[in-house]
Amino acid sequence: MSRPAGNHGPCELSLIVNGEPKTLRVYPMERLLDTLRYQLGLTGAKEGCGEGECGSCSVLVNGELVNSCLIPVLQARDADIVTIEGLAAGTRLNDLQEAFLQLGGAQCGICTPGMILAASHLLRKKPNPTMEDIREGLSGNLCRCTGYIQIFEAVAEAARRRATT
Amino acid sequence: MTNDRSVAASVGVPVPRKEGRDKVTGHAQYVDDIALPNMLYGATVRSRVPRGRTKKITFGAGIAWDEFVVVSAKDIPGKNIVALITDDQPCLADGVVNHPEEPILLLAHPDRHRLPMAVEAVLIEYEPLPAVFTMEESESHSQVIWGADNIFKAYLVEKGDIDGIWESADYIVEGEYRTGAQEQLYIENNGMVASFDAQQGITVWGSLQCPYYVHKALMTLCNLPADKVRVVQMETGGAFGGKEEYPSMIAAHAALLAIKSGRPVKIIYDRMEDMAATTKRHPSRTRHRTAVSKDGKILGGEIDFTIDGGAYSTLSSVVLSRGTIHAGGPYYWPNVRIRGKAVATSAPPHGAFRGFGAPQSLFALERHMDRIAKAVGLSSVEIRRRNFLKPGQTTTTEQTLHEPIDLDKLLDRALELSDYRAKRQRFAKENSIGATRKGMGIAAFLHGAGFTGSGERYLSSVVGVEGCADGSVRILVSSTEFGQGTKTVLCQIAAEALGLPYEQVGIAQADTSEVPNSGPTVASRTVMVVGKLVQSAALGIKQTLVGAGLLGKSYSPEEFRVACRNQVAAHGPFRSWAHYEAPNDVFWDDEKYRGEAYAAFAWAVYVAEVTIDLTTYSVSVDDFMALQEVGKVLHPVLARGQIAGGIAQGIGYTLYEKVIWQNGRMQNGQMTNYIMPTSSDLPPIRVFFEEIGNVHGAFGAKGIGELPMDGPAPAIVNAIEDALKMGFDSIPLLPEDIFEALTVDSEPPAGGGVR
Repeated sequence: MSRPAGNHGPCELSLIVNGEPKTLRVYPMERLLDTLRYQLGLTGAKEGCGEGECGSCSVLVNGELVNSCLIPVLQARDADIVTIEGLAAGTRLNDLQEAFLQLGGAQCGICTPGMILAASHLLRKKPNPTMEDIREGLSGNLCRCTGYIQIFEAVAEAARRRATT
Repeated sequence: MTNDRSVAASVGVPVPRKEGRDKVTGHAQYVDDIALPNMLYGATVRSRVPRGRTKKITFGAGIAWDEFVVVSAKDIPGKNIVALITDDQPCLADGVVNHPEEPILLLAHPDRHRLPMAVEAVLIEYEPLPAVFTMEESESHSQVIWGADNIFKAYLVEKGDIDGIWESADYIVEGEYRTGAQEQLYIENNGMVASFDAQQGITVWGSLQCPYYVHKALMTLCNLPADKVRVVQMETGGAFGGKEEYPSMIAAHAALLAIKSGRPVKIIYDRMEDMAATTKRHPSRTRHRTAVSKDGKILGGEIDFTIDGGAYSTLSSVVLSRGTIHAGGPYYWPNVRIRGKAVATSAPPHGAFRGFGAPQSLFALERHMDRIAKAVGLSSVEIRRRNFLKPGQTTTTEQTLHEPIDLDKLLDRALELSDYRAKRQRFAKENSIGATRKGMGIAAFLHGAGFTGSGERYLSSVVGVEGCADGSVRILVSSTEFGQGTKTVLCQIAAEALGLPYEQVGIAQADTSEVPNSGPTVASRTVMVVGKLVQSAALGIKQTLVGAGLLGKSYSPEEFRVACRNQVAAHGPFRSWAHYEAPNDVFWDDEKYRGEAYAAFAWAVYVAEVTIDLTTYSVSVDDFMALQEVGKVLHPVLARGQIAGGIAQGIGYTLYEKVIWQNGRMQNGQMTNYIMPTSSDLPPIRVFFEEIGNVHGAFGAKGIGELPMDGPAPAIVNAIEDALKMGFDSIPLLPEDIFEALTVDSEPPAGGGVR
């Protein structure tokens, strides 16, 4: 734990991460992204821009999609947090992960954790999304590799599989 | 080639990415995910002036400087250069700075939060020197900032008798075209971790494309022998050329801090530092003067292609080479003179970015073809058709085209797939009413695969394949994966060559202590050149097993596994090596810039459909049809993903991505004000392939990585002209540019003219 500039002293804070209750000593104003990466070793959330533009640090906080680089960890007190590491059930991939893998939704992989969480959030809200819903739902997550086309296809395919099983 | 007890083919099949599972689960390890015990964090103190002498450095108050490790040029054990082609770029400025953001000092501290304030607290006094900010100022020689004349490199390509052609021309068509800088904008910023040990030497782990570039740079900088420098590529979160040469600089910085402190050091750039300090696509200016007959045939032309290289030479000579050779495009020029020139300015060096000079000169050419069409009174389709290269004809460098490419047919199919004719007719009617205008634009182009001319001969790449104790095989290459699918495709090639399932082939991490130098992962060369070597090294493994009597000529994967295991058990792991050998019939003259520039070209016709909103002047691309001939498609999903991704970058290059310069420094180095396309901005990108094969590549493959970057800009700007009946000759083309052209009374755009 290192102290961000101009911060208050450390405090104790509890939260649930990927289903596991955690109690941590943190600087209240440190970014949730840093707590996840540095204290909990959950490096799946990536820092792309540090200002909430690229979405590669996306995680779910109480079911909502947030940029973890923008929120102080204090704001996540008692929250239920899901990161990309919490999506697969053991070695079995989640259906979105499976579809991204099969259909070319991941290239360099750096936006992939955030993108999959954004897609997961989208499908929870709209289980049968139109192409327009998908474009809109993922527009907060930037990808420089794919041109998004195969990401859209992966999300649509995961939705289709959910609807038919 | 494969055995007769058939195993499902690997080539041409969408097998899962080798590293895909780690990527979708968040377990893939990128450089910022590394944490070593006792590790320090490093930061860079950079020049705040474009050019000047550093007079005095003061370590300001309020910082516990004794807690910091500080490195200056004086701490460099070897030569203070970033070794690449020409030794002109220092690793740390020593008395003189030549561009904004040039590295001067390095700081390290155990707490990364302490670094930003410390960097701010270093006060550097400069004696300013005159600087140069445009290509025209550089050409005027009013200030000489590099060498004797500000010119990094110049090329002259000449074919036929251009001076004798102008008299016989029915039309002489002139135009000037410009392209701006473009940031690669990989989502993972640059970063390196270094560790030093007197016994083992220096090790760096990083986000990079070319492990042996970094290796060479560190040997020179640290004055260490090859075996005391180890470079390991971590999973790399996008590169696009942006991690070709600059990682050597960051690795050098991390290494210097590690040597001085005796502790591991991590340097990770934040987005603004990455955008302001590292390389971008070269801005360019292309002038065309073309002699055309009344039936629309190009009789000859002069092309003057100039790129802005920034303050140091870095890769500019090579970027210039590719741009110069691609300047004539997929057309037959009986007579041509192409002058290419890379000039120095006081900006951070421009560098590699997907396409590597070709997107610049092809934008100019494909805009110019539409200008010629207008002058002659032919359609955009017909002018191209009448000038397409045909097998047996020669390119501008007098390379005879041996491939059976039929560009007429490619164009016909592109028109059909884009519904070009019907849509244009409809738009012509609809455009007279309402507040939007629609148009269609074409770009026809080519992209050479592999290094230019004698480049592959100099690289002399080596590839290994190893038989492993568990009966699998493992590929040993320094070729890197950064999204394109290098690991996957090379494993497909080895599996196909050996008749093994894809799962029985693995690939080593690109670690210079373990893999040979298979050359840099650039220039659309990996699948074609390295792939071919992987194929032959893989066959060497089979020959060893057959020769040892462990394997028959026909075998099952299980029999191979047993044979391989037995061989390893008896003699240890065994390896087969393949070395690049240039084909004997390939001729290239480096002096005259003449001959076989590339072993193979990929060919394409792209069609863009656009709408311009006359209220907001914004352009939307409604449909993008991309048809290309790329040899054999080894992996349909990855190939389509490469093309779609390249087109998205090309759309950004054309309509969104503008670097704002002030005194040589990028002013908009954030994702909030440098705008790349989001998922809402892009059209359906429809990708189609033709496959005529290629004798030089593994299983008939050519390179495809860079091709899609070349076509979007001219196709879109041609479509905008079709919609507005007004031409634009420079990109990026933003709504304010269109607003200005449509509303302000002005001369016809950009220096074009017709006699």
